[in-house]
Amino acid sequence: MSYQLKINGRSMSADVAADTPLLWVLRDTLNLHGTKYGCGIAQCGACTVLLGGQPVRSCSITVDNVGAADVTTIEGLSSDGNHPLQVAWREVDVPQCGYCQAGQILSAAALLKRHPKPTDQDIDTAMSGNLCRCGTYVRIRKAIHRAASQIAAAERPEATPSHLGVEAAVIALTGE
Amino acid sequence: MPITRRSFLSVTALAGGGMMLGFVEPEAIAQQTAPQRPGGPPPQPPLDPRTFIKIAPDGTVTLIARNPEIGQGIRNMLPMLIAEELEIDWKTVKVEQADLDAKYGGQMTGGSRAASNNWVPMRQVGAAGRTMLIAAAAQAWGIKPEECYAKNGRVYQRSTDKSLGYGELAAKAATMTPPDVSTLTLKEANSFNIIGKPTLGVDVPDIVVGNPIFGMDFTLPGMLFAAYHKCPVFGGKVVSANVDEIKKLPGIRHAFVIEGTVPALGPVQDAEPGLEPGIAIVADSWWQAQSARKKLVVKWDEGPAAQQSSKGFAEKADEFAKGKPQRTLKNDGDVDSALKQAAKTVEAAYSYPFISHAPLEPRNNTALYKDGKLTLWSTTQLPARARQFVSKNVSIPESDITIHLLRAGGSFGRGLNSDYVGEAAAIAKHVGGVPVKLVWSREDDMTHDYYRPGGFHYLKGGVDASGKIVAWSNHFVSYGEGEKYAPTAGISPLEFPANFVPNFAMYSSNMPLMLKTGALRAPTANSQCFVMQSFIDELAHAAGKDPMQFRLDLLSSTPKVAPPSAKGQPQAQMTPYNTSRMKPVVEMVAAQSGWGKRALPKGHTLGVAFHYSFQGYFAHVAEVSVAANKALRVHKVWVVGDIGSQVINPSGAEAQVQGGIIDGLSELMHQEITLEAGRVVQTNYNQHTLLSIRQTPEIEVHFLKTDNPPTGLGEPALPPVIPAVTNAIFAATGQRVRSIPLATSGYRWA
Repeated sequence: MSYQLKINGRSMSADVAADTPLLWVLRDTLNLHGTKYGCGIAQCGACTVLLGGQPVRSCSITVDNVGAADVTTIEGLSSDGNHPLQVAWREVDVPQCGYCQAGQILSAAALLKRHPKPTDQDIDTAMSGNLCRCGTYVRIRKAIHRAASQIAAAERPEATPSHLGVEAAVIALTGE
Repeated sequence: MPITRRSFLSVTALAGGGMMLGFVEPEAIAQQTAPQRPGGPPPQPPLDPRTFIKIAPDGTVTLIARNPEIGQGIRNMLPMLIAEELEIDWKTVKVEQADLDAKYGGQMTGGSRAASNNWVPMRQVGAAGRTMLIAAAAQAWGIKPEECYAKNGRVYQRSTDKSLGYGELAAKAATMTPPDVSTLTLKEANSFNIIGKPTLGVDVPDIVVGNPIFGMDFTLPGMLFAAYHKCPVFGGKVVSANVDEIKKLPGIRHAFVIEGTVPALGPVQDAEPGLEPGIAIVADSWWQAQSARKKLVVKWDEGPAAQQSSKGFAEKADEFAKGKPQRTLKNDGDVDSALKQAAKTVEAAYSYPFISHAPLEPRNNTALYKDGKLTLWSTTQLPARARQFVSKNVSIPESDITIHLLRAGGSFGRGLNSDYVGEAAAIAKHVGGVPVKLVWSREDDMTHDYYRPGGFHYLKGGVDASGKIVAWSNHFVSYGEGEKYAPTAGISPLEFPANFVPNFAMYSSNMPLMLKTGALRAPTANSQCFVMQSFIDELAHAAGKDPMQFRLDLLSSTPKVAPPSAKGQPQAQMTPYNTSRMKPVVEMVAAQSGWGKRALPKGHTLGVAFHYSFQGYFAHVAEVSVAANKALRVHKVWVVGDIGSQVINPSGAEAQVQGGIIDGLSELMHQEITLEAGRVVQTNYNQHTLLSIRQTPEIEVHFLKTDNPPTGLGEPALPPVIPAVTNAIFAATGQRVRSIPLATSGYRWA
């Protein structure tokens, strides 16, 4: 079957069987490898993408069910790698192995759309389906709060640049 | 998009010179050894700085990270050591992953050894490079090297502000005579600019935008995808399979049986028993190959392994406990008399299960066999052993095998074993001329692991009227055949509190196991610590003593054999325990957690545990609460560790400790691999569960710096968290946890 998908704002075509999970279309047909395979049964969240802005597990939705909805993968979250979450992830040095982090960031992006100033409980609720085998949760929480603060600061007129770079990473890590 | 990391090398000039180094090559992965001493032992094959440092004419410095990266941050830590001595700005450094090549010396990730093994050699590599660049500048200016210094990638003349960049000096430096290692002066810690500063993971910018840097992401033009279907019972052989039917399915290019090389079925004693038999399906896409498995009809010869079950193992262990142990590992004093004379005695049976590594990235490997040569793109932790395994089991000379190392999406010891590399090689060899990426499903990964072995301990202990431990007897029932344990299923006769109890006996018995076992993060320690630190806690309560003070008293007693000095003498034939390092760690965690000094919230209790493993001394305190329905909340964990004089990358170090705690809590609550009819029951994360963010406690990490060479962190921070929490559960409920995971006794996360 030939499918016309809308991925990261671009129209892409894929000739695959109807039961092919979106995950494998992204990875093996469209060469978008940022979305990861972890469990195949919607238990780990490594394959999370945004479908019409909502986080979904791409391992458990077939290409046939995607339809015309906008798909956002980690490659399309920002044009320059500077979405506030991507910046915060660098500043806090979140990843260890990094394999789950695309899914973590996309779930967090959906969270910040719903709750621009999330509480710890909001984070627990939104992020509990995204497992991290390395155990980066402490820093994921910190980075989400940091990104939320930066978004709020950027919306104020006296906004400071959001990209604080390596020095800020040192500050964030030492808690200063 | 193919990875073409070689392309940069063709435009670089070389800098630096040859040198001799003291370099110890670790023999065994899980074996604990004394820290390597600066200045000794005698020189091993030399490391040439030119293999680690590349300086382009524009001054760009590329440093080679020789060890496999599995998320432990080695691609930061090793280059940081070089960069510090080379005197360059860390922000300008490019890091390149080494392929497997003898010129790099040892290339392995395991045993938390990278810090201790590389602390001196990698800094010497950097210092040699710096010395050569200074000499090149001095020659250009016609002055003595002593009149020059290096800073931020430039050499300056001291008396003037004249300077030359490393890029300008590289070509000349590469022609100079290499310095003798004895002439090199390494920097003092107080002048470090890079070591000791938190540095961002070098791959994090790629990770957060989804660049294809993992083994799973590797792609070549024309590449095919493979699935490999093995018997659910370990080592089961293929009697027949409908491969001709499979070949007719959409997208399928090849389907064939691989006989495998696993020897005649019997107890598994070798770390690498061989290639397991199975059916390879090669297709245009992985989903096609994987989907075709559903249509497979296979007749298996499951062999005797199909008779195994976890229930059977437990019953057999209890039989052993009633009988005479097969062997005595240590027998100090007279433990039986001491138990009879003790004021109070405690008897307890402890057990822990098999568990799976379950890194988030399932096993995968890309292979190309062409013109008699095999090229592998692999996430192995031990590339040299992977090459041996492939050579032996796929019949290709080692000299015809090339291994490129790719970032692994976690590993935790799984990549020490090479089964998946061998499978990819065997499939690629059969297909021939076309690159093939083998991808395991999660179910393959969880049901065909080299599991952390389970074990059983039957303990008796006694305390005297003053509350001191006077007797300790442990019958350890494990897996193996005769004297030989299944891989990582052994125990050290010196396991603490050996040598600290006057009447001490350790016995062991082995039952055969037809299942692969192997090293999982902090092997042996991740299970033994739970048993030893729990039983010490039981004896503390029997003695009516505060568990913290009881431990400090134990560490204050004189061991039977004198421990090595804090300077790190060779520890062979001595207790690995250095109380002069452990006791301050325990004292510090007591102080940091406010043990006995702080009013706890209602229902909250504390538990403590400590452990020495992989050269690190760690003590943890856990603060927990347990609701009436056994709903457990771990509120906070305090960690104090002594890993020597220097934490090389504080950001990576803190992350490793946080990860170790979270990993330990996952093991504690839910993780268990069980066998029924020889089959692994748990197949995915819904049955072998990981901790989620919701259950993650606050984690406070402190490093106690001591005058010892720096050592590693991948492993030693994990073991104490499990008994720290179970000891806190006892304080809260009076219920002693003697078997993990907790979920099997009705506990759950609050």
